[in-house]
Amino acid sequence: MTEFLIRVIITAIIALVYFGILLLHVAYATYFERKVIGHIQMRLGPMVVGPHGLLQPIADMVKLVFKEDVIPSQVDRVIFRIAPLISLVAAMTTFSVIPVNQGWYIGDINVGLLFVLGIAGLGTYGLILAGWSSNSKYAFLGGLRSAAQMISYEVSLGLSIVGVILLAESFNLTEIVQKQQQYWHGMFLIPQFVAYFIFIVAMFAETNRVPFDLPEAESELVAGYFVEYSGMRFGLFYLSEYLAMFCMSALATICFWGGWTIPPVLLKAWPWLGNIPGIVWFLLKVYFHIFLFYWIRGTLPRYRYDQLMLIGWKVLVPLALLNIVVTSIIKYIF
Amino acid sequence: MECKEIINTIKDNFPEQILWITLFRGDCSITIKRDKAKQILKFLKENETLNFDYLIDVTAVDYKDIRQPRFNVVYHLMSVKHRHRIRIKVEVPEEDCWVETVSDLWATANWHERECFDMFGIQFKGHPDLRRILLPEDWEGYPLRKDYPVQSDLGEKEWKPFKEIIESVKE
Amino acid sequence: MERAVERDIVHTKELIVNMGPQHPATHGVLRLVLEVEGERIVKCTPYVGYLHRGIEKLSENLPYVSVLPLTDRMDYLASMVNNIGYCVAIEKLLGIQVPERAKFIRTMMAEMSRICSHLVWIATHALDIGAMTVFLYAFRDREVFLDLFEMVTGARLTVSYPRIGGVRCDVNNEFLDKLYNFIDKFPKHVEEYEVLIDRNRVWLRRTRNVGVITAEEAINMGLTGPTLRGSGVYYDVRKFFPYDAYDRVDFEVPLGKNGDVYDRYRCRMLEFRQSARIIKQCIEKLPEGPILAEEALKIRMPTAAVKIDKKDIEVALYIEDKSIEEFVQKYPEVYASVEAPKGELGFYVVCDGTAKPYRLRLRAPSFVHAGALPKLCEGGLVADVIANIGTIDLVLGECDR
Repeated sequence: MTEFLIRVIITAIIALVYFGILLLHVAYATYFERKVIGHIQMRLGPMVVGPHGLLQPIADMVKLVFKEDVIPSQVDRVIFRIAPLISLVAAMTTFSVIPVNQGWYIGDINVGLLFVLGIAGLGTYGLILAGWSSNSKYAFLGGLRSAAQMISYEVSLGLSIVGVILLAESFNLTEIVQKQQQYWHGMFLIPQFVAYFIFIVAMFAETNRVPFDLPEAESELVAGYFVEYSGMRFGLFYLSEYLAMFCMSALATICFWGGWTIPPVLLKAWPWLGNIPGIVWFLLKVYFHIFLFYWIRGTLPRYRYDQLMLIGWKVLVPLALLNIVVTSIIKYIF
Repeated sequence: MECKEIINTIKDNFPEQILWITLFRGDCSITIKRDKAKQILKFLKENETLNFDYLIDVTAVDYKDIRQPRFNVVYHLMSVKHRHRIRIKVEVPEEDCWVETVSDLWATANWHERECFDMFGIQFKGHPDLRRILLPEDWEGYPLRKDYPVQSDLGEKEWKPFKEIIESVKE
Repeated sequence: MERAVERDIVHTKELIVNMGPQHPATHGVLRLVLEVEGERIVKCTPYVGYLHRGIEKLSENLPYVSVLPLTDRMDYLASMVNNIGYCVAIEKLLGIQVPERAKFIRTMMAEMSRICSHLVWIATHALDIGAMTVFLYAFRDREVFLDLFEMVTGARLTVSYPRIGGVRCDVNNEFLDKLYNFIDKFPKHVEEYEVLIDRNRVWLRRTRNVGVITAEEAINMGLTGPTLRGSGVYYDVRKFFPYDAYDRVDFEVPLGKNGDVYDRYRCRMLEFRQSARIIKQCIEKLPEGPILAEEALKIRMPTAAVKIDKKDIEVALYIEDKSIEEFVQKYPEVYASVEAPKGELGFYVVCDGTAKPYRLRLRAPSFVHAGALPKLCEGGLVADVIANIGTIDLVLGECDR
């Protein structure tokens, strides 16, 4: 009994530390975005608050916290308040099974991958409820579109991961990373490049980022489902969007890029690389994917809604299914 | 095509409708009676040699106290094929203030005629949706008429919502 | 508000969406009421008039010279062209010959304005469709032009530089050098924007076969400028009814084929290059001489009455009325138009022999194009409304006057 209690307390402390560092990363991801997009657009981004604008996220957070909490009179009281919480909780819970280094996780369950996808799916409830409870036409349309988009792309997201599961023969995230060491290149990326491509595209749609950000585009529907939110409630939605980006990037790193490991061929060539802790490699790979998010945001226009759905259903799902079939055939033969 | 040739073609087909013709700085302008105005415009559009398929502008001029009839509705036409322009002016009296619409001949006339109605109060018979376009729907008065003041305290004729704002500020 | 519309078998409701006067993508205060069924637009009603300032009424009470700053504020993105149009109309009315140097300067300024206006167009059009970076690149280039305007006229946006009979003050060599150096590099900058969007799959999908207008429909609806030329109709006021120095410079008029948003976009991108070509030729061919006509000095005083030689007006009467000849000679009228970046900007002036115009009518291309919006949008999707508003290059200042 006491042993159980001690385990609970230790896990709680690990979780607090983990989430604390995670939130710091997410806050500075917003700063990173503004700098990257600024430089793409030939300007400097935040420069005023702190040296080179490094204190900008803190300033933003303080501003949001001190803003007046405006709740329109016609909204559904309870649901309006719950909706951002659902989004945030779903986004954060996915991180409880994601390992960032060998043995560094909050919980290691055997169906880790399924758990992540399932909880990420629960996040859509937050959107729909936000859009519906706002009692505003724009929010409603935006919420519906967002939800339909996320549901469609979850199918292809899940199907693209099946290829990885077939190769790794396990749902456990730590085992998926370790199984990638059996190749000389250390990644599932090379055999599963089609699945990686589908995963990347579906990743953009799941997180409502450009080129699939029609539901929250400023010029189309004036910020979509969270148009009626202000202050810290809006801050929670914003945070959950960036958390989802991190979650998807972490998933891509673990499933396709080898997590915290180094490709064996590189380790043989330069053994000193093994001295660098795995967390550094993990973070580098995750930040590469985050940079991909920002790079594409600065470059591409956005898809129209019907074209978006067309890609999700008519292009990605058949491709993913084809990938599964081919992977299984090749695995059976060899 | 030369101005004179255009005028001759029109004269041949509608001899008694033309009131007078003016040539000034290369523009030719024909003033016609209102009765068959629409038929003349239709003829101008559909005739092969003239082919005025492009309506540039529909507007009006108020000749209050200068000339009877008071208004002139002015049509500017152009031909993309032959590259010539012409101005047709239709005389409209004040008491019987209407002209037939040409929005079925040229779709662009729809909004131009609405603006004419908005500013001068000229009715366009047969227009699908004749209501005010630049001013609010419940405005009273026709601003571009010569008896409408440029700037003054309109008193009773002031637009109601504006009156309410002024009154609420005074309190 | 939602209205229930009974359909035959399935009961559906049409949603009325109001893209209100304040909206990030309507480029000013335009109100669109869309009746939407799912994603398809059933009916689109534009409401304009939020920016109506009564320029036509005001100009009946101001001397000819004082009306000039009012015309500036119509299409505030290309104010030089509005001024030139007004001056061309009054010069035609009074029969003033503009000196050669002034003609070339005005042509140069008009083309610079055209480039400025098209830069704002590409910036906002791309921004609405999602490509944010083009916005900043285009405005970076526009800063150079605005600085050049300030060097000559003293104002960046609403210049009142052309005068009836010429221009206000001369350009010096420093200005010409700077302009020439920049125009030399400008086509490469245009290529930078094109690299980002021209063959981009997403851009092509958002703009191809969207907002299609055939040539006959376009002529019938009164469209002008690149909006018309995208449908393949060759109509350019600079070629049909040349004014200023346009008959002395070499340039082409780009035409589209399908009449969709993409073709109009290509027309305007090619117009960038043609404008650069015209500016270069103007700088090379700029003659020496006066910049303001002698006769124009007469109407600079606010009380100067405008006198037109009676011999210039020919009247042919068909009814028995002697007073008509006197009437026509007392109230001469002209119509003159210029090729504004948005389309054909027309000025219809009725003169009454005093120092003020009797009637000044401004034919604004944006007004006509806004009237064509319902035809463009109906049957399309909500997201295409944004693309359509961008492609007709709507500026509300011009639409509402």
